[in-house]
Amino acid sequence: MAGHLRPAHWLLAAVLLAVLCVPLLGDVFYTRLATRILILGLIAVSLNLLVGYGGMISFGHAAFVGLGAYTTAILAFHGVASGFLVWPAAIAVSALGALVIGAIALRTGGVYFIMITLAFAQMLYYTSVGLERYGGDDGVRMAARNTFAGVLELGRPSVFFYVVAAIFMAVVFAFSRLVRSRFGRVLRGIKDNERRMQSLGYDTYRYKLAAFVIAGALAGLGGALNANLVQLVSPSMIHWIMSGDLLIMVILGGVGTLFGPVIGAAAFILLEEVLAGYTKHWMIVLGPLMLLVVLFQKGGIHALLFRRGAAHG
Amino acid sequence: MAEAILEIRELSKSYGALRANDSISLSVQPRETHAIIGPNGAGKTTLISQIAGEVSPSAGSILFRGRDVTALPAHRRSALGLARTFQITSVIKSFTAQENVATAAQARAGHSFRFWRPADRADDINGRAKSALDRVGLAARADVPAVSLAHGEHRQLEIAMALASSPSLLLLDEPTAGMGPEESQQIVRLLRELKPELAILLIEHDMDVVFSVADRLTVLVNGRVLASGAPEAIRRDPRVREAYLGEEFAAPP
Repeated sequence: MAGHLRPAHWLLAAVLLAVLCVPLLGDVFYTRLATRILILGLIAVSLNLLVGYGGMISFGHAAFVGLGAYTTAILAFHGVASGFLVWPAAIAVSALGALVIGAIALRTGGVYFIMITLAFAQMLYYTSVGLERYGGDDGVRMAARNTFAGVLELGRPSVFFYVVAAIFMAVVFAFSRLVRSRFGRVLRGIKDNERRMQSLGYDTYRYKLAAFVIAGALAGLGGALNANLVQLVSPSMIHWIMSGDLLIMVILGGVGTLFGPVIGAAAFILLEEVLAGYTKHWMIVLGPLMLLVVLFQKGGIHALLFRRGAAHG
Repeated sequence: MAEAILEIRELSKSYGALRANDSISLSVQPRETHAIIGPNGAGKTTLISQIAGEVSPSAGSILFRGRDVTALPAHRRSALGLARTFQITSVIKSFTAQENVATAAQARAGHSFRFWRPADRADDINGRAKSALDRVGLAARADVPAVSLAHGEHRQLEIAMALASSPSLLLLDEPTAGMGPEESQQIVRLLRELKPELAILLIEHDMDVVFSVADRLTVLVNGRVLASGAPEAIRRDPRVREAYLGEEFAAPP
């Protein structure tokens, strides 16, 4: 399963290294762009735990991004700025949200699961619109990024980038351990044949719920980072379009692979960045691209690079 | 007589007007191989599914090792030592044969909320998986993805998965379905080998297999128990002959 290092792995390492060098260009625009790719990559990785490894098609993942982001912005609004406090709080709130939503949604399966996760996310969306005190429709601004006792100056784009990059790499490494662990094996087994896993003695509901909470917590962390990046948290972060975009990133990049969703997030953001310069209807290009992936290359860009099925990363 | 491993009391299952199982009572003793035979649609698989906990009974009760498990979900019954195989092969297709059996063994090695150490480096689990594969004769195919295994090998893999969970009762739903005579003989040898170790409840259409391994037979017809007893008695029973066995198996060979 470990696999040998192929040229594509070297390519991946080289790209990662290149991304890490982006702040050296000294152009804030590119630093922000790279930061955004890593944050959305992290969120897409968390969604992939559900979609790619657990077989749970969640159409409401933006809910947990939003919970993390709103926690961050609302705490900042009330003067709580320490990242040591705020980031764990964002993770905890999202995890709790995932526990509640997952506990109910996982009682269903298939298309009902898709619809119920969507419904919960939309409920949170409308709740956020109704938060008049925190800007309602317009959202709530963060005057400054979170502080880390004067050690890390997140206000500087390059510092913030490297903090995000460190978290990103730690999460991806932990994720690579997780999917190979006993828990990961159970999750992959459930995706393939849930009934069989039950007859083998696994309480599949509990394992799926645990995965849902882990994914929610990670998305919450991504939300906190995203709030720090844009310094404006609005309901659009929770909207179903955001959930859809995240699913597109996962599918475009490669379902059930370690780096696929990161590649997908990068491709999505870069496409948007380039094409949006020509037309605001840039989705016209993305749509057919998605069709091609779904029809001809189910493993996504990842499989295109690695020349194998969508099995392991 | 020792306490029965499995005791079923007046178990019924209705789907609307259809009574798939109608007040079935039977028991399986320790180290007994109990075969259930009957024509298609007699309710055999429904019975196994109720015992395994995948189908909940309309009435009646199921006692496993003296404990009422009627209301327990499938995974809890499995944890108590009840393993089943499926009539239509049901394995984890994306896993190798080894990983399928290891997944079964892992279910008996405590909880699986272990997030860090690679699952495939658990030596005790791998060892149990390997010996179960050995037993069914699949050791040489351990690293083949389950999806690429032949039909007969799937049947063997099903049994290996059941064995790897160290059950005290094995529910086998047509283990030789679709197998050639030679492969069937291999299963018969395996079942005989297992006899001293555990109790087996077996659904089987191949009468050669049934009569060479079963200690007791229960005949189901239209969801009801038509007859139950020692193989010889069943063979001679005129009602069974009429309903199911036919003349072919009526006379002792």
